[in-house]
Amino acid sequence: MATATTSAKVKWGFLDAVVVVFALIPVLWIASLSFKTTPTLTDGNFIPRDWTLDNYKLIFQTDQFVRALINSIGIALIATAIAVVLGTMAAYAISRLDFPGKSLLVGVSLLIAMFPQVSLVTPLFNIERNIGLFDTWLGLILPYITFALPLAIYTLSAFFKQIPWDLEKAAKMDGATQGEAFRKVIAPLAAPGVFTTAILVFIFCWNDFLFAISLTSTERSRTVPAALSFFTGASQFEDPTGAISAAAVVITIPIILFVLFFQRRIVAGLTSGAVKG
Amino acid sequence: MSISSTTPAASQAAEQQAVPRQRRRRAELSEGKKQERKLGWLLCAPAALVMVVVTAYPILYSFWLSLQRYDLKFPQDRQFIWFENYVTVLTNGYWWTAFGVTLLITVVSVAVELVLGMGLALIMHRTLVGRGLVRTSALIPYGIVTVVAAFSWRYAWTPGTGYLANLFAPEGAPLTERASALAIIILAEIWKTTPFMALLLMAGLALVPDDLLKAASMDGASWWQRFTKVMLPVMKPAILVALLFRTLDALRVFDNIYVLTNGANETSSVSMIAYNNLIKGLNLGIGSTMSVLIFLTVAIIAFIFVKLFGTAAPGASEEGRR
Amino acid sequence: MADIVLDKVTKSYPDGTVAVHGIDLEIADGEFIILVGPSGCGKSTTLNMIAGLEDITSGELRIGGQRVNDKAPKDRDIAMVFQSYALYPNMTVRENMAFPLKLAKLDKATINQKVEEAARVLELTDYLDRKPANLSGGQRQRVAMGRAIVRSPKAFLMDEPLSNLDAKLRVQMRTQVSRLQKQLGTTTVYVTHDQTEAMTLGDRVVVMRGGHIQQVGDPQTLYDNPVNLFVAGFIGSPAMNFLPAAVEDSMLRTPLGDLPLGDRMKRTLGAGDAPRQLIVGIRPEHFEDAKLIDEAQRAKGFEFTAPVDLVESMGSDKYVYFTVEGEHAAAADLEDLAADAGGADLPPQDSLVTRLSAESRVRDGADARVWLNLDKIHLFDPRDGKNITLHEGRAAGVAAS
Repeated sequence: MATATTSAKVKWGFLDAVVVVFALIPVLWIASLSFKTTPTLTDGNFIPRDWTLDNYKLIFQTDQFVRALINSIGIALIATAIAVVLGTMAAYAISRLDFPGKSLLVGVSLLIAMFPQVSLVTPLFNIERNIGLFDTWLGLILPYITFALPLAIYTLSAFFKQIPWDLEKAAKMDGATQGEAFRKVIAPLAAPGVFTTAILVFIFCWNDFLFAISLTSTERSRTVPAALSFFTGASQFEDPTGAISAAAVVITIPIILFVLFFQRRIVAGLTSGAVKG
Repeated sequence: MSISSTTPAASQAAEQQAVPRQRRRRAELSEGKKQERKLGWLLCAPAALVMVVVTAYPILYSFWLSLQRYDLKFPQDRQFIWFENYVTVLTNGYWWTAFGVTLLITVVSVAVELVLGMGLALIMHRTLVGRGLVRTSALIPYGIVTVVAAFSWRYAWTPGTGYLANLFAPEGAPLTERASALAIIILAEIWKTTPFMALLLMAGLALVPDDLLKAASMDGASWWQRFTKVMLPVMKPAILVALLFRTLDALRVFDNIYVLTNGANETSSVSMIAYNNLIKGLNLGIGSTMSVLIFLTVAIIAFIFVKLFGTAAPGASEEGRR
Repeated sequence: MADIVLDKVTKSYPDGTVAVHGIDLEIADGEFIILVGPSGCGKSTTLNMIAGLEDITSGELRIGGQRVNDKAPKDRDIAMVFQSYALYPNMTVRENMAFPLKLAKLDKATINQKVEEAARVLELTDYLDRKPANLSGGQRQRVAMGRAIVRSPKAFLMDEPLSNLDAKLRVQMRTQVSRLQKQLGTTTVYVTHDQTEAMTLGDRVVVMRGGHIQQVGDPQTLYDNPVNLFVAGFIGSPAMNFLPAAVEDSMLRTPLGDLPLGDRMKRTLGAGDAPRQLIVGIRPEHFEDAKLIDEAQRAKGFEFTAPVDLVESMGSDKYVYFTVEGEHAAAADLEDLAADAGGADLPPQDSLVTRLSAESRVRDGADARVWLNLDKIHLFDPRDGKNITLHEGRAAGVAAS
């Protein structure tokens, strides 16, 4: 392992390149479409011949997209915040405290992680219609929290289990109250895990399409993924391809940024949360 | 209701035994332990409450709705009809077509993902150059909004617009033919979720001790033998968990189909037709019936995984070891 | 500074297991006391109860005369050093040591002065601005000590503080801990499973087993006058030899030969309820090469011939292993000891460990004539493990009249 031969490096470099190309081509393609002018849109070229920002200008001038973007950001942020807070509490209890019903909770959240979301769509549609949550932010936030919680609980439990809990005892011996021990010693150590979990949960909420398209009906709470599918036909755009591509690129930007800056953490979060058994 | 095989007398006896034991336990609980329990429950309560209220209640409600004729277009016809909806759905060709399509997509995509994911996991784990770059690029399909990716594939395969259509099918319209459309849906699924599979497998790879591989090569094992005889057995739990997760996830396939074909040419999955029944048909009774059937299918498949392969659910196994 | 009193302190768990059975212990002000025993003996639980990290199920704990059962750890004014050191990884050495002072709301100048002083005592001045991750094991251990001493607490509690260090460093730190404790004169309760540490460090040693105190005493007393088989086998390295023995015609029949019994032992063993089967315990250093014994001593002892298994020359003396024919000594205590040591510290049962003078010329494979000191032999009752040679707390051998 110590010395890598050149041929080994070339071999791995080639494999790396295959992965990178495989992963990036669809993203580059939609970005390319978003920069194409209307006449060249259907030329089938991978790289635009004629570059333009018109598609972006267009979507930011329409209410349909801007509202959807605001909805997406707002709903995802709120759902993430709540899911992470609730998940942190539960994960702390699971990894740290001994109480009956713990394995039941773990089991239930595992079940929910595997739950077919479409099974909830019909009943939720009717329930939300009846209690006035249909087509509201809260109507989407609730199912998002529910399905993000198992993810949050698993990831955070895995992180929390790595914290040496002797530190808590040490802090108590050093004269800290339970609260001080948590705030000054445990919280700073838990922060990276919480942050990573927040990213994963945000990606999950940001990604959802099924709930967004079933539980909303107007711009009031429709998120970008749902709005994208409505650009077709009923909108003011004649050919929505350019606009859809531009909107798609816009909502991909946060994901790209997360991945670029927090690759290590996301990988750690996903791998530790999923299989540390 | 009762499926348990214990006789009433036996279970009663067990209960009687259990009661005093519990009481004694409670009496012996110290203040600190009690507080710990209370705190544990208190901290878990909100999460548990949300999860139960948003899933358990609707699924029960869904079962209740599925026993009724309930069409929002004809609300006055609402009527309790026992299992008639189930008969309607289960004797319907569309349902079984969708069911077949869902299974096909699931089996093919998960199988291909397992192979590709293993390769990707090996590359991410062992590559000598550009490990960060590979991991970062691999995360992009995982993170990207499925609908965005689906649009990218759709435009790529749209005649005239798309580079792939022009390259591979200059004559036809691949998204409008059933076989090629399904292939494209599977391709989109594989592209999107292989990295997730790879990450789960990579966690398993990390559990294979380097010394074990060195020992195996000292013993004269070839690369392939090291892979099959040393790595795979150690990784088995991780592989099973990854398969379980991805299988259940693939059964939910919706976004890609919605964007790529919108279910045309018999490419609907069960999620697709349940959605169509609800939003387009506004038929709550039938939609709920499908919801329940999908739920049962997933539950049965999960059960088979756990029973047959002994898949250790993450967390569950941790509890077991304690 | 304060004394610590445990009054019938018991710890039991919800599942019914009892970790500590009503122990009584008075720790004097300024005393360095060691709790020692195999894992699961209740020593750490006892320490945690003194710390306030675990509840006391029943009984009373007093620190400085005050009942503290219901006080939180922070209100007991005691400091603790953990086996894992429990250094806060996000804080520098300085911040780690200042943490308890900050919590006590001392002003900045005082905190600084105290931290600097502790750092000087522990030779940590150069490392004050490092994070724990960048320290060696020994340095981390010293930071943990520093965090305990900065606030001059009423007592120190140490939970196996040296067990994560390598052997050489452990010996070094042992003297440093001992010196520090003498210097500060603070009451210290120290938990370890290592009998060498217990013997070298403490003013007094408490040997625990299964949640009960077996014996409390200064190291020499425990070594010379163990009250039972367990203490006898646990204290001392290499461990005491145990052989089966039977009382016959006012002699003690052992695999080594028939040992004479003195009048006192005859009386004791003559009693109606006295055991017929016994276990003989002999420490390795109470054997000697018979050639090196002068006549005066020869009379006090017993001689036998046995084949030499192995000779280990330590320079200052020789460990000589002999094979012993016959049955093995059996008692519950011995099984406990063997289980704890994994057989490591105890000699294999069919072999006798002796410690002979360096001048001895015994060789592997040859037979050797060995003398043993009858005054130093212990006899144990295999039924309850009690040392029946103890007379008014002192072991007197088997031949005493």
